[in-house]
Amino acid sequence: MAADYNDMELMICVASRFLEDGKLVAVGTGAPCAAAMLAQRRHAPNLMVLFEAGGFAPILPSMPISVGDSRTTHKALLATSMDDIMSMCQRGMVDYTFLGGAQIDPFGNLNSTLIGTPEHPKVMLPGSGGANDLASLCWHTMVITPQDKRRFVEHLDFLTTPGYLTGNGAREAAGLPAETGPYKIITNLAVLGFDEDTRRMRVEQLHPGVRLEDVRANTGFDLLVSDALTKTVPPTEQELSELRTHVDPYRYIIGR
Amino acid sequence: MDVITQGTLPLLSDPDPEKARAVFKKKSRSMTPKVMSASTAVERFVHPGDYLVVGAFGAVRIPTVILHEIVRKHITGLKFGGHTATHDCQILSAGHAFDACDIAYVIGLEARGLSKISRRHFERDDVEVIQWTNAAMAWRLKAAAMGIPFLPARNMLGTDTLEYSAAKVVRCPYTNHPLVLLPALYPDLAIIHVHEADIYGNSRIRGILVADEDLARASKKVIVTCERLIPHEEIRRAPHLTNIPYYCVDAVVEAPFGSYPGNMPGEYFSDEDHLRLWLDKGKDEQDFEAFFKKYVLDTADFDAYLQLCGGLKRMQELRRLEMLPDENGRLDPDQTNGQAN
Repeated sequence: MAADYNDMELMICVASRFLEDGKLVAVGTGAPCAAAMLAQRRHAPNLMVLFEAGGFAPILPSMPISVGDSRTTHKALLATSMDDIMSMCQRGMVDYTFLGGAQIDPFGNLNSTLIGTPEHPKVMLPGSGGANDLASLCWHTMVITPQDKRRFVEHLDFLTTPGYLTGNGAREAAGLPAETGPYKIITNLAVLGFDEDTRRMRVEQLHPGVRLEDVRANTGFDLLVSDALTKTVPPTEQELSELRTHVDPYRYIIGR
Repeated sequence: MDVITQGTLPLLSDPDPEKARAVFKKKSRSMTPKVMSASTAVERFVHPGDYLVVGAFGAVRIPTVILHEIVRKHITGLKFGGHTATHDCQILSAGHAFDACDIAYVIGLEARGLSKISRRHFERDDVEVIQWTNAAMAWRLKAAAMGIPFLPARNMLGTDTLEYSAAKVVRCPYTNHPLVLLPALYPDLAIIHVHEADIYGNSRIRGILVADEDLARASKKVIVTCERLIPHEEIRRAPHLTNIPYYCVDAVVEAPFGSYPGNMPGEYFSDEDHLRLWLDKGKDEQDFEAFFKKYVLDTADFDAYLQLCGGLKRMQELRRLEMLPDENGRLDPDQTNGQAN
């Protein structure tokens, strides 16, 4: 029997499945942190979580509200510096990171700096924070985001954080570490990946009840479709139970 | 090393280590008592035009006590290093204290949402902005702490973040790959809140360090605020616990709960209700002006602010919250502070 769940629960459950045991993941607050905590409770008990402000491998008692708050070092292995965490990413020790943004383009580049133009911004946003760094330096970048035409745009107003830049080989040509880049984009409609030849976004997995045309209708650019298009396995009772009972019992994230 | 490409915006501070050495040459090495009030520290060490960096991260371990004093004294014209500056940025924005900013992360308060107060200041007061990233700001301070003009790194490359920064890209003489050069950042002033300090400024931090060890060493002047003063003998008993040595420090201000409404690791959790109040009041300009006047501008000192916010009773609640009272390490469902938004 299919379980009842909302979009946020679906995205968190699907995202958590991509996190392998024994790996390292750099997260922020919110859904990414919930996905990592869920993975730890399910298939990846030895997944280590790190926070750019300096927390490494905490046993998270609840959702942190800041990337630097006390919860990020609760029963942790290390309380260190941003330099140390970011250097760890730059050395090639960090497998995954999760990011978000106001806009994402076909190559997985992200904008979290401004809407408008740099000379005449209509809306100022917070800026890169550590997003540019983590997407430059971690092996695989993942994004959890609702999907609509306002967010999924052909051209960003500002390229804050690198995806595949202008396509295949562009990251390496710019000097970014080889074999890094966007990995999976997890939305309320689908899981999107990137074509190996063009590095453009493609649909890889459709969520239950979602048709390809629904995904296209909510994307502001042409989407490729994977030859091996699959259907997302709905969140299981076990996943939802862990998520609701242990990961986010007060529904701070899944209640949004 | 030829420059391949470079950011188009200016540096807000001089990365020349010779100029920094000339300043550090004159910096006092004598271990003298430096304890003073927040008011005196700001009078002596905060000047219009100074490049200021605030320690720690977000609303965690911030020196709220000094930030309030800066805006109460109506100091303006600062340059601000915004490396994940959240409530600190909001306070300085409310006081229109800075007119130029190296941005890594400003305006937002992380999971709590965006600050209209900060946004109004940036947009309306036409603040000059230069783009950077959190790692870039940390490594710029690292370069300054090392006494060199830049550090090479592999972030920022290929993006508008680089285009609208003052970084330069060169070809690595060893590997032939492009590398970004992050210019050293020698702040005129750092303000860092710590757990414990002796009267000379030898300081201890518990929990994450963020960039504070480098920040203290990179800055020409440093104000340390501390939760409590400890005996000098205690520093000498356990020197491995010292994060910031006295010779970096120009002023020591004892300020219990001095990071409120921020989170002081191991001491007290953030007051999410009060931070929410700032964000809510900030939505309406007139509403906020009245709030800001009552809570900051018209208060005699930081203690008066703490009293307005519930005094010792509230501080004890936040201390209890920091200790995660539930035996499972989870919060009591009735105590949603710090988590709800």
